[in-house]
Amino acid sequence: MFDKEFLKRVEQERKKWEEEYRQLNPHCQKSKFTTISGQPIKDLYTPLDTQDIDYFRDLNFPGEFPYTRGIRHSMYRGRLWTMRQFSGFGTPRQTNERYKFLLKHGQTGLSVAYDLPTLMGHDSDDPWSEGEVGICGVAVDSLRDMEILFDGIDLGNITTSMTINGPAPILLAMYIATGENKGVPVGKLAGTCQTDILKEYIAQKEWIFPPVPSMRLIVDMMKFCTEQMPKYHYVSVSGYHIREAGSTAVQELAFTLADGFAYVEAGIKAGLNVDDFAPRLSFFFNSHLDFFEEIAKYRAARRIWARHMRERFKAKKQESWLMRFHTQTAGVSLTAQQPENNIVRTAYEALAAVLGGTQSLHTNSMDETWGLPTEKAVKIALRTQQIIAYETGVTNTIDPLGGSYFVEALTSKMEEEAEKYFAEIERRGGVLKCIEEGFFQKEIAQAAFEYQQALERKEKFHVGVNEFVEEDEKVDIPILKIDESVAVEQAESIKKVKQARDNDKVKRTLEELKKAAAGTENTMPRLVECVKAYATEGEIVNALKEIYGDYREPAWF
Amino acid sequence: MDKKIRVILAKPGLDGHDRGLKVIAASMRDAGFEVIYLGLRQTPEMVVEAAIQEDADAIGLSILSGAHMTLFPRTIQLLKEKKAEHILLFGGGIIPKEDMQKLEKLGVGKLFGPGTPTTEIIEYLRQAVPGRRKEEAIF
Repeated sequence: MFDKEFLKRVEQERKKWEEEYRQLNPHCQKSKFTTISGQPIKDLYTPLDTQDIDYFRDLNFPGEFPYTRGIRHSMYRGRLWTMRQFSGFGTPRQTNERYKFLLKHGQTGLSVAYDLPTLMGHDSDDPWSEGEVGICGVAVDSLRDMEILFDGIDLGNITTSMTINGPAPILLAMYIATGENKGVPVGKLAGTCQTDILKEYIAQKEWIFPPVPSMRLIVDMMKFCTEQMPKYHYVSVSGYHIREAGSTAVQELAFTLADGFAYVEAGIKAGLNVDDFAPRLSFFFNSHLDFFEEIAKYRAARRIWARHMRERFKAKKQESWLMRFHTQTAGVSLTAQQPENNIVRTAYEALAAVLGGTQSLHTNSMDETWGLPTEKAVKIALRTQQIIAYETGVTNTIDPLGGSYFVEALTSKMEEEAEKYFAEIERRGGVLKCIEEGFFQKEIAQAAFEYQQALERKEKFHVGVNEFVEEDEKVDIPILKIDESVAVEQAESIKKVKQARDNDKVKRTLEELKKAAAGTENTMPRLVECVKAYATEGEIVNALKEIYGDYREPAWF
Repeated sequence: MDKKIRVILAKPGLDGHDRGLKVIAASMRDAGFEVIYLGLRQTPEMVVEAAIQEDADAIGLSILSGAHMTLFPRTIQLLKEKKAEHILLFGGGIIPKEDMQKLEKLGVGKLFGPGTPTTEIIEYLRQAVPGRRKEEAIF
């Protein structure tokens, strides 16, 4: 980027600066300066650190390959990121009220948080569900619940993200049926289904079936959505959970993109044209505490994806090259101690995501180490985004940190480190092989362990936890409590649904589903028929389990 | 000479968030404990069965899902029924202080919240485990 004479001079002057620095300021705050992930950081970045960067090859303009500076020409000047708060608790009715509250206060997209039984494919009245109904998210047992969940909400005019993975095709089928009942044709539905089963085996652990049939179900969704739902992101390839499980930023970046490539390979192997299905792949990243590392991570992610899509997978359309992503601020960064401090952490993390060019953003509430967000806490979280958007001025220009010696050097470094991981994953036989052997899981567990040790040795800090601790502090914030009546209500509701529906029809549709699942017919249309007959989620999952079995992972730590 | 402390570590119920449990397992292993890591999707029945089979000194349960008031009492109940009350039941996760007190009254040992250093948990077991079997034998 710079001429040789100039760089030589910078090098000489930097040496002089370092000598002066050492004489004037011999004291150093710490012995090592690293990011939270352990990436060493220099005292100063100069043109020397970005000399190998070619503006047109490596950065280019926003909306142009490799999209380092952003995927759209106008970015936030044209349209702000979607403010999309992940939300759900108790009964569908309670969650519907929370959605209306959030929309009233300026949220611009919906995001559904399901409870553990729903995530794991159990009905609310299943023995496994005891004590868990509506506690971590909203309980959805059948299409009836979906209808209540979106009551009074125009699905033709808003995008909804659903965080669901094991039973993703079932919940998508319910969403489709709900839309249809509201007069919104399937082709008009817009939103995202997380669906990303690979990261379940790696990090979040919410799988139902073994890897191979799970991938088959995803390919069915891919085919169905590519044909019938042009506005719908059928997978949100996720790094958030990988990071929450304890990975470094580079691991989050590398493992997420590796998963993305695996889905691309799966689609191509299934005979699809990459340019037909790739445009609706989307991504989901964490935004953690180390401010600049996160920004560099997002920029590197876009560049890596674009390069691999064009060069390796030979995609020809821009829409296949550009990576769109949602971001959530880091849950693990929040503390139970002095929870008000979490408002501050979330704000910095949100800012990093915006400076990194996210398309959609969820900000955590300060009380989430204690319970699901109260109205007050979630409102502050939403206002955090609005203050960034409307007060700070950071949206006035696109990719404001582009050209920063530090940020560009870090972006390049992260890309380089990610590529090393891709090579390692290839060497070991690919993503599924690595999952089988626990490669990702062990890397993540090791990183988590090292981080905890660093905290306990006070090499890293967490305010209120290992520094600036208040002994005998009284945590004085309201905490959302989910009533036991939710489980009772849901069980009642299931009974009513089962009584009111045509049980022969349910039997028939489940049989047809099993045939499709055992054969090669696309399961999605069959799933839509099952949900329309008001088969419960548990019944559908059990039918699929008859064909696909379930899965237990080896226990590594 | 102290016999190695044998600990069963498990996540009962549906919660799959095992970062904390894995870190604790690794710390305990490094501290010289014998760790029997059962992992995810355990039932209280499976956990107690394993603890008895493995002649464990303690069971550590990690629960972040809010289902602790179902799962801890069931486990304590099973330990009583199987006459295995010498096995110390402890754990952690997202458990409000009031619930910790209620569980303590039922016979559950210490419960550790977010931010607890692993050294504290290890120290606790080193203090709390020895002598439990003797207590059992007296009765």
